[in-house]
Amino acid sequence: MKKTVAIVDDLDTKTVYEELSDRSSGGICVFFGAVREFTDNEEVTALEFEAYKSMALKEMDKIADMAIAKWDLNKVVIKHAVGKKKVEEPVVIVGASSAHRSACFEACRFLIDTLKETVPIWKKEIFKNKSVWVSAHP
Amino acid sequence: MGVEMLFFGIAKDIVGVSQMKFSFTTETVGSVGDLKVQLIKDYPALSKLSTFAIAVNGEYAQDDLVLKNNDEVAVIPPVSGG
Repeated sequence: MKKTVAIVDDLDTKTVYEELSDRSSGGICVFFGAVREFTDNEEVTALEFEAYKSMALKEMDKIADMAIAKWDLNKVVIKHAVGKKKVEEPVVIVGASSAHRSACFEACRFLIDTLKETVPIWKKEIFKNKSVWVSAHP
Repeated sequence: MGVEMLFFGIAKDIVGVSQMKFSFTTETVGSVGDLKVQLIKDYPALSKLSTFAIAVNGEYAQDDLVLKNNDEVAVIPPVSGG
């Protein structure tokens, strides 16, 4: 079992197939999170991500281990970007490979949903005239 | 006694720094819960957040965890990665 967990300045979206493929995997499922142009009809110029890096890596590692315990996976990837990202740029990649597709599909959903709940990474939406930390206030 | 405090996201904006030494006597602050009360007293805007968690030495901590000298204590406002 191989897991790849990383926090990087710029995500390379082209290496993920090689990171997840192996001889026993018939299915590979990948989710990319990217910067969307509009939030509630307001134009976003960029997102800025900040991480508590040492803890975030530990939490990402725990999520990978939970997925491996829950499904029969061969490889897992969890990578998140930090810094300022423009519209259409990738900000997160999660993926899993398994013998058959159902395990990697379910695991992939779990990886991104759990990352959003527990990993200490923060996103600031930058609009033309203001910026807002996402989810900070009720 | 003191701990090294780290602030992230909106907590960093509220406090004005990303890192500071926080000193206290064990009569006023013993646990993570006590520290939260003290932080809200010092920085009332923290109470306006949806929630905030505390991590001690890189792990989410419950309110009853007792702080030790030189712990690394991070204020974790609502996370929003992905």
